[in-house]
Order: sequence, then C-alpha cells, then structure tokens
Amino acid sequence: MIGPIAGTFRDVWASRSGRIGILTLAIAIAGVLLLPPLLQDPNAQFNILEGAVPPSLHHPFGTDQLNRDVLARVVRGAGISFTVAFLSVTLSITLGAFVGLVAGYHGGWVDMLIMRLVDGALAIPRLFILLLLLAITQHISLALFVIVLGTTGWFGVSRIVRGEALRIRHEVYVQAAEALGASPKRVIFNHLLPNTAGPLLVAATLGVGDVILLEAGLSFLGLGVRPPTPTLGGMIHESREIMLSGAWASIFPGLAIVLTVLAVNLVGEALRDSFDPKNATS
Amino acid sequence: MSFPLPQPDPMLLSVRDLRITFPGTERPVVPVDGVSFDIARGEMLALVGESGSGKSLTSLALLRLVPPPGRIESGSHIELGGVDLLTLEEKALRSIRGRRIAMVFQDPMTSLNPVFTVGDQIAEGIRAHNSVSRKNAMDRAVALLAEVGISDPATRVKNYPHQMSGGMRQRVMIAMALACEPELLVADEPTTALDVTVQAQILEILDELRRARGMAVLLITHDLGIVAGRADRVAVMYAGQIVEQATTNQLFARPSHPYTQGLLASVPRLTGPRSRLTPIGGSVPTPDAWPSGCRFRPRCPQAFSKSELPPPPLDVEPGHWMRCWLAEKGEA
Amino acid sequence: MIRWLLLRIAQSFATLATALVILFVLMRLVPGDPVSAYIGERRMSVEDTRKIRQRYCLDCPLPRQFAGFAGRAVHGDLGTSIHFPGQPVTQLIRERLPATLLLGGTVLLLNFTLGIGLGVWQAMTKGRWIDRLLTTFSLVGYAMPSFWLGILLAWIFAVKLRWLPPGGITSIYLSAEAGWWTTATDVATHLMLPAITLSIVSIAATMRYQRDAMIDVLRLDYIRTARAKGLTEGAVIARHGWRNAIFPVLTLFGLWLPILATGSVFVESVFNWNGLGLLATEAIGARDYPLLMGTAILVSSLIVLGGLLTDLGYMVLDPRVRHR
Repeated sequence: MIGPIAGTFRDVWASRSGRIGILTLAIAIAGVLLLPPLLQDPNAQFNILEGAVPPSLHHPFGTDQLNRDVLARVVRGAGISFTVAFLSVTLSITLGAFVGLVAGYHGGWVDMLIMRLVDGALAIPRLFILLLLLAITQHISLALFVIVLGTTGWFGVSRIVRGEALRIRHEVYVQAAEALGASPKRVIFNHLLPNTAGPLLVAATLGVGDVILLEAGLSFLGLGVRPPTPTLGGMIHESREIMLSGAWASIFPGLAIVLTVLAVNLVGEALRDSFDPKNATS
Repeated sequence: MSFPLPQPDPMLLSVRDLRITFPGTERPVVPVDGVSFDIARGEMLALVGESGSGKSLTSLALLRLVPPPGRIESGSHIELGGVDLLTLEEKALRSIRGRRIAMVFQDPMTSLNPVFTVGDQIAEGIRAHNSVSRKNAMDRAVALLAEVGISDPATRVKNYPHQMSGGMRQRVMIAMALACEPELLVADEPTTALDVTVQAQILEILDELRRARGMAVLLITHDLGIVAGRADRVAVMYAGQIVEQATTNQLFARPSHPYTQGLLASVPRLTGPRSRLTPIGGSVPTPDAWPSGCRFRPRCPQAFSKSELPPPPLDVEPGHWMRCWLAEKGEA
Repeated sequence: MIRWLLLRIAQSFATLATALVILFVLMRLVPGDPVSAYIGERRMSVEDTRKIRQRYCLDCPLPRQFAGFAGRAVHGDLGTSIHFPGQPVTQLIRERLPATLLLGGTVLLLNFTLGIGLGVWQAMTKGRWIDRLLTTFSLVGYAMPSFWLGILLAWIFAVKLRWLPPGGITSIYLSAEAGWWTTATDVATHLMLPAITLSIVSIAATMRYQRDAMIDVLRLDYIRTARAKGLTEGAVIARHGWRNAIFPVLTLFGLWLPILATGSVFVESVFNWNGLGLLATEAIGARDYPLLMGTAILVSSLIVLGGLLTDLGYMVLDPRVRHR
C-alpha cells in the first residue's frame, strides 16, 4: 500500500496547484494544532463595553461584538470545522463505499432498488435535507452534527463506487478469480475495493471542501453547533449586525473558509488528475 | 549512369530537410529529423515505416497540422508548385488546405464529426473554398459519394457517421478529400482501421480516382504489401529519417537497406500464411533516444564498424539511394 | 425514440416519488415531531396539542400518514403554514416563486453566456496567463461561501460606495403606480448584487466544465479533419469544437439547479430578497415544518425536471442519442 500512496503523493506534489494546496493545508493544520496555547481564550470577553475593536498588535484580527479575540476564535473555529469535516466525510465515504459495493457486486434487483433510492435522494439538495433534520433539533451537539453531515453525504459516493465496482466486476481477471472459487468477501476486498480507492480518495477530498462550506452555511442560518462554541460560519452570522462598524469580525473567518476550501479543492483536483488515465505518462 | 531516367515535370511537392521537434525534459525531441522527398504531378509515393518512425508527423507537416507543442524547425522547406508552405500566412495556408492538398486520416471512426451529417461535412469543405449555394454544395456531395462507390448516395448524404460502417465512413473521408479536386491527396494509413476485405476496396478506389483525376498521392503506410503494384516510388522511413528511397520496381527487385530487407522478408505473399509485420527483433527506438551513428545499428544484423558514424544518403543505383554504409562497399 | 422519451418521463416521476418518500421518512425519522418542536417553550394546553396532532394526523399509522401526505401533495396541497397561520403552503410558495425565478433565471443566463464563453476562451488560451487568471478566479469563487461573499459585496457596493441598494426587491419609496420602466430599472438595480454573488459562486463550475470539455474535444481527430479542410479557426472552434463540447455542460445543467437552490437560500437571506430561499430561512427560524417541507418538495421537483430537460437537450443536440 505504501508504494501507490507515495506515488500518488508525488503526482500531487508535482503539480503546482497541488503543491500550493498541500502547503496551505499543512500550514492551516499546523496553525490549528499549535497556535491555541499562544492565543487568548476564544471565549474570553475582555471588555464587553468596548465591543468590536479593530485589529491591533494585541488583537491581530481585532475583536468581535462581544470583545472576543477574532484570531483565537478563527483558529478554534477552523479546528472545529476541520474535525467536523474530516469525521463526517470519513463516515459518508464509508457508507457510500459500502452501499456502492453492495449494489455493484450484487447487481440485479438489489442494485436497481438501491440506485433508484439514491436517485431520489440526489434529487433533494443536501442543504434541504440538513435543514429538515436540524430545524427540528433543539440542541445541536458536535457529535450529532457530524452524524447528520456524514449520513447525508454518501449518495454521490455510492454511485461512483457502484459504477467502478460494476465495471471491474466484469473484468476478465475478476471473472477468473470467481471461476476459481473466490468468495464474495475476497472479490470485494481484493479486487473491487482497491480499484475504487482512487475515485474514493478524490471524492473524499472534494467532499471535505463541500462539508466545510455546508457547515459554515448551516451555522450562518443558525443551525450549527450552539454558541458560544466558535465556528467559522457562526462567527460570520453573529458579526453580521456589526458589518458597518467591525467588518474584520466577518472578513477573517470568511477568508479562513475560502483558503481552506480552496486548498482542499486544489489537492482534490490534483488527485483526480493523477488518477486520470488520460494524463498517464508512458 | 546507364540509361536516362524519364525526367518528370517540375515537382509538384518538394520537401527538404524537414525537422519536427517537441520540447523534451532535457533537450528537444526530434521525431522527424531531416526528411527530404519529391512528388511529381500524378505520381504516387508511398512512405513506409513502423509506428513511431515519424511518417504520420511528416504527412501532417505538409498542411502545417503538427499538433502543438510540436513545431517545424526553421531550415525546413516544403514547397508546393514553387510556393513555400512554411512561410504562408494563415489565410493563404487555408486556401491550400483541402483545396490543393487534401488529407484522408487513419481512423474514420474518429475523424468524422459525430454531430453533423456526412453531407454537411462534405459540403462544408466545398463551401470553404468555392462560393456556391448550400444546395449546390449538397448536390456535389451526393455526386462525390456516388464517385467513391456509396450506393444510394442521395439518402446516405443525410446520414450521421454513426449510422455508417467503417468502410463507408472511410469512403466519406475520401469523398470529402476529393471535394475541391486537390492536386495532392495525402492518405495517412487509410486502411489500417478497417477489415481486410474493406481495405482492398478502399485502396482500389484510391487507385481509380488517382488515375481518373491525375491526382498525386502520398500514401503513408506500415504495410509494404499494399505498396507493390500501386505506388510509383517508395520511401522507407526509420527513426525519423528516410533510410531508403527508390522506384517501387527497384525497391522490390533490389531491397538494399538491411531494414528494408527485414521489412520485405515478412511481407505476406499471395501464397502462404499471412503474418503480422514484426520484421526485426526489437522495436523502433523512441525519438528522445535515437541511437548514435546509424539509427538502425542496434537492431541490424549486418552492422559493422563504420555503422558508428551516421550514414548520409548514398547511391545504390540511379534513382535509388539509402542511408547505409554498405552502399559504399557495393555489397548491397 | 418516443418510447425512450416516455420511459424517461416515467422514470422522472419515479425519482420524484422516491424523493417524496425520503422526505416523508426524514420528517418522521427525527426524534420528536414537528408539533413538539413548534410548541417548544410555548405554553399550550394538552387539549390544543391533541387537536393539532389530530389535525396533522400525527398519531395515525405511518403508511396512512404517507398516503394522506402524498395524496394531498399530488393535488397541490402541501398543508398549512405554522409561521403564517392559516396560509396554505402552496399559496406562500406561489407568492414567493417569481422572485426566485427572476434571480435564478438571471444567474442561469449569466452562466450560459458568460460562463460558457469564458470556459471556451480558457480552452483556446490553455496554459497562458489569461487561462491561469480565470482558473484562479473560478477556483476562488467556488471556494467562497455565498453568504460571506454577499455580505462583503453589500458592504463594499451598498454601504461604502453607495452604488447599489443593500437589499430588497424594490425600493420602499417606489410607488405602486410607478410605470413599468421605473419599476423594471428599480428591480434591476436591486437584482444586481444578489445575482452577481450567486453567479460568482456558481459560474466557476460552468467555466471548469466548459474549459475541460473544450480542451478534450479540441484534441480529437475530427478537429484535425476540419482544419485539414481549410476551415477558418473560428469555424473549427465554434462549429466543430463547441458543438461537441456543449454536452458535458448540458450535464452540468442538472447540477446547477441544486447549486442555485442552495445558493439562493443564503443569498436571498443576505439581500433580503423575498423569494423561496428567504421563505425557507423564515421557516427554519419558526420551525415551520410544513413550509420547509413544501419548499423542499418544490426544489426537488425542479431538479427532477432539470434532469429531464437535460436529457431532452441531448436528444435535440446529439444525433447518436436521437437515433437510439
């Protein structure tokens, strides 16, 4: 497994945009992990009467309407966003791979039924599904948030995996393995899964970007993790009223979203290019 | 000089020192390296070589269709009736393309646009060079389809490419190429993608049309077998260079370059089993690593000490030369 | 072909029905039910609660609930809003739909013209600075949360520069008797910022698809054939290239609608654009489940319709599909 992973990484690193993406992500993750001890408490209200204070040496990104340090909140918020995105994408990729493999391997009516359901689910924009699920919930915990995002993000993934599985299932070498008595488990784990790893990795990477945006959007609509826990979207939502007097309080969290999503998408595209046979060298 | 060769009219097409380069990782790659040949009016020249020899690129260069980032190096000359094609402006070049030089490509499946009817695609070429009405161009397209042997051309003209067989599509490609009565038809492996029976038919049509119209043909092929009895002259290409050139009769009577001999040895005869054309051990080297000296040296059974120097074109007999030091020894 | 078309339409209905089932199950899946969520901290007598539960048939067996729900939905009855007491959801949607169609239509138009044009231009200048610049622009646009971009643009163009109004569909000073021209220009100035915001975040995908599709097509053999015929470069690109490169973009049409629906929720909220998206956010705030459900059903129908239209587009434009 090490060989292909190293090779893929080399491919991504070889493209300029992939390299920019990896570096940006590395810096962002390092910042989220290492900075908090050096920063103020993200929830500390220093002097609530002062409200939003413009960026200064003491508060490099300024403070928000409750006089909390924006930099500290952006860093903490980004950490929460990353965690939510990573966990929920892991969940949805697993679900999608499982459903897709079952459908693609089994074929027949199971495939038919599953794929019709997926078609139906894909006809509802994910945001609306999330709105319906979250609007009714009173207290949204981080765990619930991850589960809800994870269980609504696998439809597209399952379709990709199913397509690949169906294709590979009919390759001669898989047919041969089956003829020689390979068990379904063996076929799935030795042949189908490794071959769908590429598309899955791409879907996962691009999915992280989508989830960060979705999470921000839901927080913006007031359906995110409960305050005072800082989230990037929530910060923009909360500081919207002070846009006139304290634009920095929404500009910086927004920039953090743009940069991370951009970086994730750059890596995702570089990954896709590296798996694309059209770009294969030699 | 034993007997005077019939001197043809001033050459229709004359290619001199054609060099095509592509940017490489370290230095430029040169898939076509100093190719020269002439074609007289009404003559058929066959350019023969394995894939990777540079023959297709050479044919594309005639219309300046070398795909970027490839480029034709300065110092190369391609003249059509005395006009240097390589210095022409876009507009003047367009008036050559399809009108004076037309091309038939290898794969008729992919060379026709899937979303237009074949009639539209033929008429389009006609209208690009002649001010005729759509209706007239269409009538002409029907006539052309009939000429290339498509039955019920009036119906077929409204067909889309996917509704036709491979052979029929290649006929359409030929009709398209003939549309503006070109002086030179370049056919790049016109039969490679087709069934054996269809191959013969397509070659037959090319032959007939050439005779009927007095059109010169440059036939690009990897199959020496289809050259005999059809082409007037043959140029054999190997590793970006022409290694032997002669009249067809001379070449088959006295194949001189070891590479040509290898090719010929595996040409299917009318009797005996048909075999694939893998004449010589190994394969054509890639353009980023042409061997030094004689480029055929690593695969050549007759290589000797002098082969380490690149051989220039050396005469074998009048009208017959090759790039091999054996010519000096008179052993050829 | 007719057979295929009918089959495709039937399939669309099946997909929509499936979506309906999923929406219904979702509604029932969440812990608690709409009424208790609605009641929340409000004080309400047990009797009233019971009445409400009865009215919405919340204690009936699930299949019966679904039958009732689906039956009413088919007849255009999506229930009664809680937030706007007594108002049928269908009527609320009908009132708000035109504003969203105006915004979404404008954005689609921009995507179809500007997005496709820029994508083709990028393909033709592949690898040069203009292509890189536009690629960067589209990547950044794609990574931006629409609400944030909207707030930013409103701050710059409405608050700081005062060029454009910060929100609403018409000025509050616009009299009801104003002529159509005055009204139209007023609406147009209000439309500017939301449309630009939504375009920037959605046009990226169009440009990407068109660029990549065009680059792929320009590599194909028949493009070489077209050049060999002596056609002008313009004819080669426009006639032979774009005519084939439009298909992936056509497929994208099916993806646009969810993007637009999602984006309009945020953008309408930022710019106080009184359409469906704003209606949905109002429904969230009030935990107005029937209303939220109604908008979701409408959006899903539009998306299924979009998919059908995409396939019809293929049929019109691609002879290979037409002759199937």
